[in-house]
Amino acid sequence: MCDTCGCNITDGNRHLVSPGGRLSQTDDGRAAVTVLKSLLDENDHQALHNRGHFDARGILAVNLMSSPGAGKTALLEATIDALGDPARMVVIEGDLETENDAARIRAKGVQAVQIATGSACHLDAHMVHDALHRLDLEGVDLVFIENVGNLVCPASFDLGQHLNVTLLSVTEGDDKPAKYPVMFRAADLMLLTKTDLLAVLDDFDPLKAEQALRLVGSAAPVLHAAARKGTGIDQWIAWIEGELEAQRARIGAGTTRRPAVQSDGARLHAPQTVGVSHDHSHDHSHGHSHGHSHGHSHDHSHDHAAGAKR
Amino acid sequence: MHELSVCQALVQQLEAVSASNGGGAVELVRLRIGPLSGVEAPLLQRAFPLAAAGTVADGAELVIGVADLVVHCNDCGARSDALPNRMLCGACNSFRVRMVSGDEMLLESVELATPAAAPAEML
Ligand SMILES: Nc1nc2c(ncn2[C@@H]2O[C@H](COP(=O)(O)OP(=O)(O)OP(=O)(O)O)[C@@H](O)[C@H]2O)c(=O)[nH]1
Ligand SMILES: [Zn+2]
Ligand SMILES: [Zn+2]
Ligand SMILES: [Zn+2]
Ligand SMILES: [Zn+2]
Repeated sequence: MCDTCGCNITDGNRHLVSPGGRLSQTDDGRAAVTVLKSLLDENDHQALHNRGHFDARGILAVNLMSSPGAGKTALLEATIDALGDPARMVVIEGDLETENDAARIRAKGVQAVQIATGSACHLDAHMVHDALHRLDLEGVDLVFIENVGNLVCPASFDLGQHLNVTLLSVTEGDDKPAKYPVMFRAADLMLLTKTDLLAVLDDFDPLKAEQALRLVGSAAPVLHAAARKGTGIDQWIAWIEGELEAQRARIGAGTTRRPAVQSDGARLHAPQTVGVSHDHSHDHSHGHSHGHSHGHSHDHSHDHAAGAKR
Repeated sequence: MHELSVCQALVQQLEAVSASNGGGAVELVRLRIGPLSGVEAPLLQRAFPLAAAGTVADGAELVIGVADLVVHCNDCGARSDALPNRMLCGACNSFRVRMVSGDEMLLESVELATPAAAPAEML
C-alpha cells in the first residue's frame, strides 16, 4: 500500500522521513509511527477506482466547478443542444437541497442523477461512485459532474474525473483567480461565462482575469461563452471533442489522466497504468443497488516504475 | 468549509494506524499542511476534537506544521519561495514553474500510548 511504497515522499517532505524504522519509541514511552499519507487517502483511492470505471468504458469525465449561479447548468443545457445526441452524455448533479438542476437536464432527454449533499459544500469520490451506479453508462462517452457551487472546497477532492473546468462569470470580478488560487490552479480550462454581459459591465477585463490565472501558476486555456445566447459554444464543443479524442488515445495506450493539480502524493501516483496498478476486476454488471462491499481492499501495488507516463 | 470532513477522514486513518500498531490510544498527531492545500490549519484545529470525540483519538493533541510554498523554475532552474497568487520564479520572474512544496495535506506521524505505558499510568 501507499504507506510502504514511499509514493508520498517528495522533495518537500523527504527530510522528515527518519532513517530509522517506521515505528520507534518516544522519550516518554509512546509508540511513534511515521505515516506520511494524504489526509484524503481514502477519497483518493475511491477516485482512482471511479476513474477506472470511466476508463474501462472509454468515457471522458469532466468536473464543472464555479461559484453558485455562474452558469454550470445553463452550459450543460447548451452542451446537450450542441452535441445533438442526448444518449452520448450523462450528468451527475451536486446540489445542497433541490432536484432542480437534474430536472432541467432530464427535460432535455439526458440521464441525470442528483446528489443531494445536504449540508456538505462539495462532492467527494464516494458520492460520485454511488451516483455512477445509478446510471446506465451503456454507449455513453461523456460524464459531466456539476459540482456544488463553491470556489473553496470542491478543488480539494478528486472525484475520479479526467478534467476540471472552472467557470468564472463576468459578473463576479476579474480578480477571482487571485482570491481562490487553489480552485483556479486546479482548472484544466477556465471558462468565462455570461460574456453577453461584458457589453454592460465596465469592471470585468477578460485579459486581467487571464493574467490572474497565470499568476497562480496555471497555463490552462481560457474560453468565453454566453450559454443562453449560444455564443462561444462552438469553441467549447471543439475543446470537448479534442479532449474526447485525447481520452481515446490514452485508453488505446493504456494510460489515464488526472486533473491539472493534485496534492504532492497524488502527483507521484500520476503515471498510472489502467488495470495494472489498480485492477478493476469486480463485476459491474451488478445491478445499480449493490451495497458496495465489492472488496477492492486496495492491495494494489502502486507499481510506479511500470506505469506508462501520461 | 470541509475541514470537518477532512478531520473525519483523518480520524479513520488514526483508527487504522492504532489498530495496526497494537491498538493504543492516539496521543499526538502531526500533520503538514501547505498554503495551497485547500485546508486551513486553524479550522482543522477546531474541527479535530469534534471528529475525534468518542474515538481512539479522543483528546489527542494535534500539531500542524505549515509547509513552505516553494517553486522550481523550469527556465532558469532556480528554487525560490512563492506566494499563493504570485507563483513566479524569484530569480527570473518566469511563470513556467513547478511547485516543489506547498500543497501538502499530509498525516506525518502518530504517537500512540504503548501497552507498557498504560499500566504505569494506572498505578
Ligand atoms: N446573461 C446570462 N445569464 C446567464 C447565462 N448563463 C446562465 N445565466 C443565468 O444565470 C443564472 C444561474 O444559471 P445556472 O445555469 O443555474 O447556474 P449554476 O452555476 O448551474 O447555478 P448553481 O447550480 O445554483 O450553482 C440563471 O438565472 C441563468 O439564466 C448567460 O450566458 N448569460
Ligand atoms: Zn446548476
Ligand atoms: Zn464500483
Ligand atoms: Zn466542502
Ligand atoms: Zn527562473
